[in-house]
Amino acid sequence: MSLFIQLTLTGLTNGAILALAALGFVLIYKSSDVLNFAQGEFLLVGAYVIFAMVAQIGLSWPIGLLLTVLVSIALGVIIERLVLRPLIGEPVISVIMVTIGLSSLLRAMVSAIWGNQPKAFPPFIASYPVRVLGATVGADRLWAIAIAVVMLGAFSFFFRRAREGIAMRAVADDQLAALSMGISVKRIFAWAWAIAAVTAAFGGAILANIVGVSGDLSGFGLRVFPVVILGGLDSIPGAIIGGVIIGLLEAYTGGYIGQGLNQVLPFVILIFILMIRPYGLMGQEIIERV
Amino acid sequence: MESGIFHTTYRADMVLRRTHAQKARIVLLVAFVLAFPFFASRYGLTLANQVGIATIGAIGLNILVGYTGQISLGQGGFMAVGAYTAGILTARLGMPWYASTLVACLVTALVGAIFGIPSLRLKGLYLAIATLAAQEIIIWVVTHWEVVTGGVDALVVPNPMLFGVQMNTDFRFYWVVWGLAGLTALFTVNLFRTRYGRAFIAIRDQDIAAQVMGVDLFRYKLLAFAISSFFVGLAGALIAHYRNIVTWERFTIDVSVLYLAMIIIGGLGSVSGSFFGAAFMTLLPAALTNMSRALKNSIPVIDAVIPFIQQATFGLVIILFLIFEPEGLRKMWQDLKDYFRLWPFSY
Repeated sequence: MSLFIQLTLTGLTNGAILALAALGFVLIYKSSDVLNFAQGEFLLVGAYVIFAMVAQIGLSWPIGLLLTVLVSIALGVIIERLVLRPLIGEPVISVIMVTIGLSSLLRAMVSAIWGNQPKAFPPFIASYPVRVLGATVGADRLWAIAIAVVMLGAFSFFFRRAREGIAMRAVADDQLAALSMGISVKRIFAWAWAIAAVTAAFGGAILANIVGVSGDLSGFGLRVFPVVILGGLDSIPGAIIGGVIIGLLEAYTGGYIGQGLNQVLPFVILIFILMIRPYGLMGQEIIERV
Repeated sequence: MESGIFHTTYRADMVLRRTHAQKARIVLLVAFVLAFPFFASRYGLTLANQVGIATIGAIGLNILVGYTGQISLGQGGFMAVGAYTAGILTARLGMPWYASTLVACLVTALVGAIFGIPSLRLKGLYLAIATLAAQEIIIWVVTHWEVVTGGVDALVVPNPMLFGVQMNTDFRFYWVVWGLAGLTALFTVNLFRTRYGRAFIAIRDQDIAAQVMGVDLFRYKLLAFAISSFFVGLAGALIAHYRNIVTWERFTIDVSVLYLAMIIIGGLGSVSGSFFGAAFMTLLPAALTNMSRALKNSIPVIDAVIPFIQQATFGLVIILFLIFEPEGLRKMWQDLKDYFRLWPFSY
């Protein structure tokens, strides 16, 4: 029983981080139809920037976090402006490839600046053991879940109530209609990339707090795909639910069956979901007309 | 002064090499390929063999992605199937290398067709993700099915022998690789003059319209996956026999990305583009490594940073090509030919 609770909490933590990464992913896909293969690298860059701010420059946590958010916004906007905008209207494969090229470039830049050695992360959440329902878990994991929930709640609120959030949903729904209502689609694309970079940076910071910073963090990018397909590529609640489901499944198969099955299971699920329900649990079914 | 090439019969339209210049170029190319090993250094031959294997793999991927329009991120996985099948059959069952290569191609074609099944319902982004899953699943099976593949340990493959002669020296394998590359190119060029190839192109351009015209989508998509995987498996099998060693690290998602980069930089839907891309993406890292060796004395830190430079260049080259020359090296070559055809009065 205590193993079950431990695995559940581990799964929820991973699921929360996956959901944060998936949120940015879905946002970019929803507003601009771009599948961002560099999402894992956004996570990586975010984690390293916050590492640099706090551990290398020696800023305090709140200021470091704030600066990281600003850097992430700049990164997202610059990438959208320089790399993605020239490719508007190009075939799907070109857009996929350009984000893959971007991921390679970002990874190279990170390892050129900070090297390849994994580094200990100065914990901003202390990791003392906590007993929950008979199981022992690190407090950092509980905090990670709490932070992710707050972040996801804040973004859900943003999309429902804030002016920019509503504008983003309008662009996602119909670009032409949004344009004629006076919404700048270009600005919304920039917003989408900026928010994606910020949510990924938060995911990276939480992840780094648990496992430390290293180049392996970008591997999280591939794990986002099962999440977004399960939840539906264009659904924000779907990203959250998908993240939690995949996180829990990985933890349970890892804990009860082992054999590295937890690495491959999400992809097997992915193929099944694609065969049965390609638009995912909460995604919108698109009917193609010639 | 010519203004273009105009055909008056269907027969002339179907001819592969139309002008004298094209015929002359193909003769020169074949002569160069035949003469190359006699004056090249050993290092040059190694590079040539790598380019040849990459060309076969890139043509295979191009059949699927460039001609049929089905995006695949499973290239690395399919190559692993080819390499491991060939390696296991030769190392464990003592099958001759040419036989195991053929079986490996057929097995890879089958596996490719199986993972092509989702393509019936999926296209574009979704298919890319499905093939990404194929990649991850294949590599997982390779690393965990220890009884057969040896798991994460390297699989050692005996030297390929033909009439008592060891074939995988750089010089001898050159003939194997480039002979097969030539056959692959010839097959592919001709494939797209047949009913099957035309059906592939129709599916790429508008799948629903193709279906209305009587193209059985499911059958032709699976066939495209199978033919493409056949050549990808060939490339994998050749790696196994050339290197004597098969490890899963050679077939990760990075390989899938590398091959996609090759055909995009070379030119989608083009056999010559596949070759240009394969050569460019194989020679670029080699050139960077050589440059770093040359600069070692003046800039001592270059050894440490060269992996980052290679990775950054890889990303940058993809981005710059997609932004400035989305049709790739093939288009540049075409522009160059056009410029000199009309020179000095090009407009």
